[in-house]
Amino acid sequence: MKNNSPFSVHRNSPFIALAGKEFRHIFRDVRTILLLLVMPAAQIILFGFAVTTEIKETPIAVFDPSKNVSTARLIKRIDASEYFRVEQMLHHPDEITGVFGEGKIRLALVFGDGFGGSPALDGRASLQIVADATDPNQAGTLTQYLSAVIGDEYRSQLPAADAPPSIVPVVKMLYNPEMKSVYNFVPGVMGLIFLLICAMMTSISIVRERETGTMEVLLASPVKPSLIIAAKAVPYLALSAVNYCTVLLLSVLVLGVPVAGSLALLTVASSLYIVVSLLLGLFISTVVRTQKAAMIASGMGLMIPVMLLSGLIFPVANMPVALQWLSSVVPARWYIRAMRGIMIEGLPLTAVRLEIAVLCAMGVVLLVVSLKKFKVRLE
Amino acid sequence: MVVAEHINKWYRTTQVLNDVCFETAKGEIFGLIGPDGAGKTTLFRVLTTLIKADSGRATIGGLDAETDYREIRTRIGYMPGRFSLYPDLTVRENLEFFATIFGATVRENYTLIEGIYRSLAPFENRPAGKLSGGMKQKLALSCVLIHKPSVLFLDEPATGVDPVSRKELWSMLRQLKEQGITIIVSTPYMDEALLCDRIALMQHGKLLSAATPAQVIAAYPRKLYAAEAPNNYRLLNELRANPQVASAYAFGDCVHVAFIAQSDTSIPNLREIPPGIEDCFIELTTGKGAWNDHRKNDGK
Repeated sequence: MKNNSPFSVHRNSPFIALAGKEFRHIFRDVRTILLLLVMPAAQIILFGFAVTTEIKETPIAVFDPSKNVSTARLIKRIDASEYFRVEQMLHHPDEITGVFGEGKIRLALVFGDGFGGSPALDGRASLQIVADATDPNQAGTLTQYLSAVIGDEYRSQLPAADAPPSIVPVVKMLYNPEMKSVYNFVPGVMGLIFLLICAMMTSISIVRERETGTMEVLLASPVKPSLIIAAKAVPYLALSAVNYCTVLLLSVLVLGVPVAGSLALLTVASSLYIVVSLLLGLFISTVVRTQKAAMIASGMGLMIPVMLLSGLIFPVANMPVALQWLSSVVPARWYIRAMRGIMIEGLPLTAVRLEIAVLCAMGVVLLVVSLKKFKVRLE
Repeated sequence: MVVAEHINKWYRTTQVLNDVCFETAKGEIFGLIGPDGAGKTTLFRVLTTLIKADSGRATIGGLDAETDYREIRTRIGYMPGRFSLYPDLTVRENLEFFATIFGATVRENYTLIEGIYRSLAPFENRPAGKLSGGMKQKLALSCVLIHKPSVLFLDEPATGVDPVSRKELWSMLRQLKEQGITIIVSTPYMDEALLCDRIALMQHGKLLSAATPAQVIAAYPRKLYAAEAPNNYRLLNELRANPQVASAYAFGDCVHVAFIAQSDTSIPNLREIPPGIEDCFIELTTGKGAWNDHRKNDGK
């Protein structure tokens, strides 16, 4: 029989066809591409520059009834520091609530009535710092900084000989001498990005095929189910590798975060975490039925614990014991810890072996559970 | 070709397949007719090796669905009810993809789908999601045929497709049948039942013994009448209130009535009519068991 088909004789392997199809799904959807390639870069830049917990030029208000040389000197010193900016001089203490309410200032400094001469010597000087404690962490940090500035001024007025004996600790900030918050964020953002790409996208793409009925056709085909799943993971693995490079390059070149430890070790740890995230995505896809559920499970079930429990924002050590236990099942917690160790502190493998071991164990457990749940049949 | 023997399937406490038995011959179009939730899709999944039956046995061409599933999967084509292809892949990419995962090439089996695919060829590079409903259906059929299966399972292939495309689909199925492919098709549409070689009505997981559409109609257990009145709605209500009436339902311009024992001749404009396949199905679903009793007595 004459074959007049316009199709080629070339025979592809099913695996290549499956992986190729997955790449097409990704590259033909603008939103997916934005999510997978642009968002990670945007996130790292955003966390590096815009979202910062450092104190800079905080607006404050001052009430100074005595208006003499020493108060003027102190105010000038505060204003000159990089942390604060005197936004407003108040005429009456009652105005404080008003200016806080308008949101113009974040801190108020109130001089006592008799503040004059050398405050250190006449012993009558009193000062009050009023802070907005709706954000207690911020209020605490701000008052600390302001107290430090005032303390400096007080000490500078004393002749060296008259200084009372006191212990002034010398503080050395290891690994991050400038206390840049971006040092903390780079490992955290990496933890988030890989989770998003691998766990969320993999689970959604598997569940989508189930929703559209194509999974049924694939399963009713001679292709092994494990091959179907492996082919699903390939594009996300590749995209994670691309993102790993971008994020690392951006943080080193743009944000100035050095890679203190071994790059090879960093790559190994990250690959391990990527694999764990992929397996997590596979696991999610075996327990949810719809794309929406997959989105919620990976969004709410993974992103939020990563943000809140991994130590990205709140230190794990400060959490109640129950939450600390809970946080130890979040893979990102271990990955972020390992990343901080390797990337920022420059620690060798032996120092992060616990983290690596935990990630390995999580990977094995997820693999076993997912393989058990993902069968050659539909149920 | 396809043999189902006493298949039972439970989902928790609901029995979705209840002692299903049937057998199809090679090159036959076998229709499973039943409302949504009758168990058609579950039966398809058992037959296509996607789920295991709790008890009973299914064989495809002599191969056991439970133990020889891998071999069976190379020989069957399955189009699930919600099958919608990959909307972002083009017509050609979809076809090539499905050929590849079944270990075939489009080229070697092109003759099989040529008739169906010819009308799709001009849109080869269009994403499948941008095709019309009928076109999608043709592509889906091409995709499940491209590895030259000997049995084709089509789960409600015509649902949501316009009448013209439905007609086309059925003529395509007849062509495939001519090539010796066994086709098992499910449908909720009565008119399609008449197009099958044999049909089995399905309800609540039970399959009534398979018969040709003509046999099914012949087995209708009562005399059927059509009644007409200026106000059919009032007539319908009156009939339903009548204790002698077994069933009454609106049917086109008139009302179809069947009586439990004796016909109530006091009803005006009553004329006896031959039952259609739809009447058979309504009798089956609402007939208070009369159908089943009748068929048992009938011995067949």
